[in-house]
Amino acid sequence: MEIFQKAVGRRQMLLGAAGLGAGGVLTACTGNAKAKDSTTPTAAAASNANSSTGKTVTIGFSAPAADHGWTGAIAKNATAEAKKFSDVKLEAVQPTNDVTAQIAAIETLINKKVDVIVMLPNDGKQLTAVAKKAMAAGIQVINLDRVFDTPLAYRTWIGGDNYGMGVSAGSYIGDQLKSKGVSNPVIAEIAGIDSLPLTQQRSQGFKDALARYGFKVGPRQAAQFTVQSGQQVTANLLQSASRIDAMWNHDDDQGIGVLAAIKQAHRTEFFMVGGAGSANAMREIKSGSSVLKATVTYPPTMASSAIQLARLIGQTKGMTDLSQTEVPSSITLYSATVTKDNVDKFLPQGFES
Amino acid sequence: MSEPPPNAVSIEKPPNALATEKPPVAEQARVEAAAERASVHRRTGVLARISEFRNVGLLGVLVVLGIIGGITAGTFWTRSNILTILQQASVVGVLSVGMTFVIIGGGIDLSVGKAMALASVWCTTISTQSYGPVVMVLCALAVGMAVGLVNGVLIAYGRVVPFIATLAMLASAQGLAEWISNKQSQLVTQGAINDLATTEPLGIPLLVWMFAVVAVLGWILLNRTTFGRRTFAVGGNIEAARLAGINVRRHTALLYVLSGLCVGIAAIMITSLTTTGSSTHGDLYELDAIAAVIIGGTALTGGRGTVVGSVVGVVIFTTISNIFILNNLQTETQNIAKGVIIVIAVLLQRRGRESPV
Repeated sequence: MEIFQKAVGRRQMLLGAAGLGAGGVLTACTGNAKAKDSTTPTAAAASNANSSTGKTVTIGFSAPAADHGWTGAIAKNATAEAKKFSDVKLEAVQPTNDVTAQIAAIETLINKKVDVIVMLPNDGKQLTAVAKKAMAAGIQVINLDRVFDTPLAYRTWIGGDNYGMGVSAGSYIGDQLKSKGVSNPVIAEIAGIDSLPLTQQRSQGFKDALARYGFKVGPRQAAQFTVQSGQQVTANLLQSASRIDAMWNHDDDQGIGVLAAIKQAHRTEFFMVGGAGSANAMREIKSGSSVLKATVTYPPTMASSAIQLARLIGQTKGMTDLSQTEVPSSITLYSATVTKDNVDKFLPQGFES
Repeated sequence: MSEPPPNAVSIEKPPNALATEKPPVAEQARVEAAAERASVHRRTGVLARISEFRNVGLLGVLVVLGIIGGITAGTFWTRSNILTILQQASVVGVLSVGMTFVIIGGGIDLSVGKAMALASVWCTTISTQSYGPVVMVLCALAVGMAVGLVNGVLIAYGRVVPFIATLAMLASAQGLAEWISNKQSQLVTQGAINDLATTEPLGIPLLVWMFAVVAVLGWILLNRTTFGRRTFAVGGNIEAARLAGINVRRHTALLYVLSGLCVGIAAIMITSLTTTGSSTHGDLYELDAIAAVIIGGTALTGGRGTVVGSVVGVVIFTTISNIFILNNLQTETQNIAKGVIIVIAVLLQRRGRESPV
């Protein structure tokens, strides 16, 4: 049994090495400036006891490929935040959507003996084992957003509130429909990739929030977080109901396609709520010219916070505003509702899709 | 439209080994005669009727889907829903027309989906958009055809197997699209491009018109021109085609350029439909197009196929998606249904080919 496991381990290493090699060639070709290590410091973030320069912390960073506005913002924010500190050295590995390649990347970070690893796993379950291995090797793991199977695999988890996102969207839609006095409304939902736990949690929160108003989710379809799938699914969904009162779309990136489909079908009778909080969606909300009236945030600034936490943990500092001497083991971000009234406050944090 | 009779050609070559050395004169005469027989056979023989029957069978599938849709979803048989299905079918539809030519010609083009993404990205960069909608359209067409030309030259003159050449193109087109767009969705600011998807001449969406025009032109090119006849010849028996005086290499290369042209047109359509250019466009569209071409009765081995079958194939797949969504069913089950239909269609195809001869 042990031999077998060893063999698998070696094979994964080999695969990983191949993956890394291919990745390296690709980066060399495209010459993309992303994921550059930053050792050139600028000014530290805020001026409190924690911001003073301490022992240098090497932070390994691994995230899925930035093929989506949100994941793109995650990588960007992490790199930018690390640059703010002179005592942070960021080791960002090649982003990948392949679980095996990500496991291999984490293995190399373990071998390099970085101090802290910040990881947004492609799949929380499948990367639990390697995260545990890192913890066992004495490397603190910051689990970003997609949660591992067991708390043994991370020192601190920080992420968005998927259930809360659904609740925020459901509450906004419920309030609006209630104040308009609509009874028996048709509420549509365009979800993201359905097999992901985060999508299921968002939908559950949405359903539960609507239930408080006595409302139900009507037509519901899952898209793929891409513009094209948003357009395709919505174009068909709009045909299933000649009247819709409200729609929640989980993701502002696919929302570009959703809005396109709504315009192409010449539908204006309902209002729509977005999700995640892209800059583009916020601009639409601000202009007030489309059906998009609000969006509920799932802020990619969590990557900046994760780097800050990694630094604090690496330097064994606590969070100054709290009484605790250590960083908490879990931090859940709040999903805010952005409407025309408060959009200006959120626009700087909106990510470009 | 027929496989050569087994006794006709003794030279067994893989479809893409473009032989150069001349065979002896007697051999040449024999092969020419065989090619002649084969083409006569194609026009008049039993197989022609079989292929018609297959299209009828496909239409039968569509009718069954129509009945199921009508029963299960109240809004299925509305004008706007039918037009939605056709509009949704239009992008893959245009790709499948080009794919039909490539597959009949004995090749395959795995790069269409990502080449389309690349063209959509290239034509929506800030600098391209600054030149206005006409340049954007020309840019998309040029990128599509350039990709096709590279494929064609690699395959016809570089003797790379089509599967590998276009697979490599899929990967590089994806990479280039990501590099240019920096993996972001590029919003179209030129209203004229977005309007393509919202204007409806004579009450029918412009994209559906474009699909129809491409399909009709494709049909004419395949069935009423020398180019079409040569395509069947090259795909049916490359050796015979060469001996009959066809410039096989140039023709093969042109088939990929044609597919590239369709890619360019499809790129304009998807850009307008989604109001963006993005490297995530066209994911697995190559498989959708190939599947549609195959269930449409085109043989993967080349030499046989119809544009009409491919078009109906695409509409069948789009209709399945539509019925599932109208009934509020989730997407996973759609893929199972798609798989089952592909298998059934291929089984039917094999029966059709074996029984008459």
